[in-house]
Formats: sequence, C-alpha cells, structure tokens
Amino acid sequence: MRRLAEWLAPVVLIAALLGAWEFACRALHVPSYFLAPPSAIGASLVADAPGLLKAAWYTVSNALMALLIASLLAQALALTVTLSPILQRAVQPLTVVLQVTPVIAIAPLVNIWAGTDHPGRAIVALATIVAFFPIYSGAVTGLRAVDPDLMRLFDLYGASRLQRLWRLRAPSAVPFVLEGHKVAAGLAIVGAVVAEFVAGSGKVQGLAWRILDAGYRLQTARMFAALFVLGLMGAVLYALLQWTERAGLRWWRGR
Amino acid sequence: MIAALRDIGVDYSRGPALGPFNLEIAAGEIVALVGPSGCGKSTALRLLAGLEAPTRGEVARAAGRGETAVVFQAPTLAPWLSARANAALPLELAGTARTVAAERADAALARVGLAGAEAARPAHLSGGMAMRVSLARALTTEPKLLLLDEPFAALDEITRRALADDVLRLWADIRPAIVFVTHNVEEAVYMASRVVVMTRGPGRAAGEIAVAGPLPRPPGFRTTEAFRATVETVSQALAQGMAA
Repeated sequence: MRRLAEWLAPVVLIAALLGAWEFACRALHVPSYFLAPPSAIGASLVADAPGLLKAAWYTVSNALMALLIASLLAQALALTVTLSPILQRAVQPLTVVLQVTPVIAIAPLVNIWAGTDHPGRAIVALATIVAFFPIYSGAVTGLRAVDPDLMRLFDLYGASRLQRLWRLRAPSAVPFVLEGHKVAAGLAIVGAVVAEFVAGSGKVQGLAWRILDAGYRLQTARMFAALFVLGLMGAVLYALLQWTERAGLRWWRGR
Repeated sequence: MIAALRDIGVDYSRGPALGPFNLEIAAGEIVALVGPSGCGKSTALRLLAGLEAPTRGEVARAAGRGETAVVFQAPTLAPWLSARANAALPLELAGTARTVAAERADAALARVGLAGAEAARPAHLSGGMAMRVSLARALTTEPKLLLLDEPFAALDEITRRALADDVLRLWADIRPAIVFVTHNVEEAVYMASRVVVMTRGPGRAAGEIAVAGPLPRPPGFRTTEAFRATVETVSQALAQGMAA
C-alpha cells in the first residue's frame, strides 16, 4: 500500500500540473505559438513520432559513441598516470582546464576542425570531451583509494608494480569507475545536444536540430515534443546506467 | 632467534614514537606486546614485518620475505575476491601456480574451520569468519614469523576466545614464532608464553613476564590460580608503565 502510494505520488503530481497547464491555456486563450497546451504537444508527439525517433536515435547514438570513446581514453589515461606520479602532475592542469571550459565555447572550434561536411564527428568529439572528465577523475580517485592495510600486505608479499596495479588498484577502482560512467552518460547527451545546436541545421538532424527548427517556425508544440523525447531519453539512459552500476557493484561485492 | 629489535628508535614528524626498545623473538615462541594506546606497539610490529624502517637501531630478521605473515586489526580482505582467492593471494603474488595456490588456500581455510565457505565473498562473512579468512591467508605461506596486530579487537568476547584457541591450535601445527599486539591483558596471558609490557609512548619495555603452563591451553586454564596471578602481575606492570 505504501509502495503504491510512493509510486503514485509523482504520477498524480505530474497529472495535476498538466491538467492545470491545459486549463490555463484554454481559459486564458494563450496563443499556441507562445505556449502550446499539453493536448497539442501530445498530438504533435504522435504525428511526429517517426521523425522524433529518428532524431532521438541520431542524438543518442552519437552520445553513446562518445561515451564509449571517453570511457576507453579516460581509463587508459588514468591507468597510465597511476604508474607515474610525475605524469599525473603533468596531466592534471590540462584535465582541469578541459573540465572547466564550457563545451559551448569550444564547439565552434571543434566544428571547424571536424569539417563542415562531418558535423557528426564534431558532435562525437564534443560529447567525448564532456564525458571524459567524470570517468577519468573517478578512475584516478578509485585507483588511489586502496585500503592501506591491503597495500601493506602487497608490500609484505613483495608484489610487483604491475601486480599492484592489476590485482589491487584496478579492482579497488571499480565502484568509482561505475559511478563515473553514470555521471558521464548524462553529460554525453548534454555534450551531443550542445554540439548539435552549434552545428546548426543542414546535415545534423538530431533532437537539438528539431528544437531549433520548430523554434524558427514558432511551433512550440513541436519544440515541447522534442524536449519531452530528450528528457525521456536522458532518464532512460540514466536508469540503464544506474542498473548497470548496481549490477556491477553486486558482482564486485558478490551480492 | 627469528627476529630482533636492537636499540630501536622510531621518530615521526609529530615526535618520537618508539624506543629505545629491545625485543628478541626466538623461533616458535609466542610473545604478546601489551601497552597503552600510542605506545608504539603496532610500530614495533611493522618494524618486525619489514614494512617500516627504524630511525635508529637495528632490525634483525632471520625470516625472509614470504616467511613473515601479518594479520591486521581489520580482516583486510579484497571484497572482489572469494575467500579462497583471498587466502591464495600471497602464494599467487609469489608466482605459485593458480591451481596449487587454490589447493593450499582450501587446506588453510579448512584448518581455520571454513571448509565449505571457499567461494563466499567477504560481504557474506561474519566478522569472525572474515578474521578466520585473514588468518588462513597468513597461514598459506607457512610463515616462520606470524605477526598479529590486535587481530580480535573488533570481535565479540565469545568469538575472541574461540579464535584465540584456534590460533594456538594452528600454532601447534606449524610452530611459527608469533608476536601479537593487544590491549587485553587476559588475552595476552592466555595466548603468550611471554608478555612484554610497554610504557606509554614513546614506548620502552616496562617489564617482561613469563607465562607458565602448556600451550595450547587446556580447558579451564582461565580459572586457574596461576592464570589469575599472572594477569594481576601484568596489570600492575601495565599500570606502572603508564605512570612511567
């Protein structure tokens, strides 16, 4: 009963908000180019479904590709700098600069480098840049967060550097790396959408383009429909990564 | 002699932590180090293990690498490894073939009463069981010197007593020299053939008390007059050490 109530609470709130929105639009005669009522957004979702799905796939596939590349690069770099503290000192300022520079500020530059004929490359590159940091910092933190007594034990038994890395540091880092991926997945979508905005229309036909395109035409119902799909996509990806994290941790701890 | 600390002094950045301190460990004997918190007991143990170097003095060790084992206050198990893989770790790090290491780990686990729990992960084990895995891991290499750093401090009284008897039984099998650190005077007297009492930090020897009686202890040993009297003697030495 309590579980049902917990489940129903957000559903009821959202339904009430949508109802109030619909009512306000009709009662106050809000023009639909300014604010479309939920019913019009729903109709647009249904009518545009094939196009929206295609656009969503474009955006999410770029984001996933970026997540994969960021994951490989970040973990490889984290492993490398763990072997050499001096290298970590060298890399540190670069990674921080990369993290604090807003992705939208570097997007035009990356667009030029990728070439105007290949906006997909720019999108993947930018999404990779934003997804890189959480995985990298998670991996570096995890590789260092080793139980000091376990470290002493490895010292006592004369473990080599490589044994320490593979048999102690890397497995210790697993929970941190999983957490890093969860954060990075959300950021990869943000990165992909920002890059699509900067790339503008033309060959890029992701969700951001649909929002821009509908905006130029003052079709707010279509804008909301694309936003809804974007939000849903982000939520599904987050849930998927959260599930992966839980499953990964269960495997790691053995329960 | 299996290990010795001679005129040892250890200074940390916050000041002297230990010494001057002397300790000689003969092969096969069980020595308890008792003293107030911060007197340098654990430091002395790390010196004997070779995990730390002294500021002054000399550490002599007849037991080489691979012949010394340490059990820490916490079980210190890798959560991602099974009990078997945890126990096999020292052998695998030394390059022993995986199957041989697993066999010897299973044998060590059986010795500490964990036959059947080989595949269990640390998260599934109780505190006492995890400590037994830690003990099994220390035993797989059949060490000549076994160092126990307050190994039972986090356990309940019944588990503590059971583990103390287990350690003595295992000691009777392979006869390593054991040095163990404890806050618990009764535990020290029960398990050791010699109790070294230390002053408050920087720790020096405040006294050394030999414990009579057979090892492993016969049932009812805790209730004997000799046991009670030795506990009293050690307690008094400890009180004097704290005042010193």
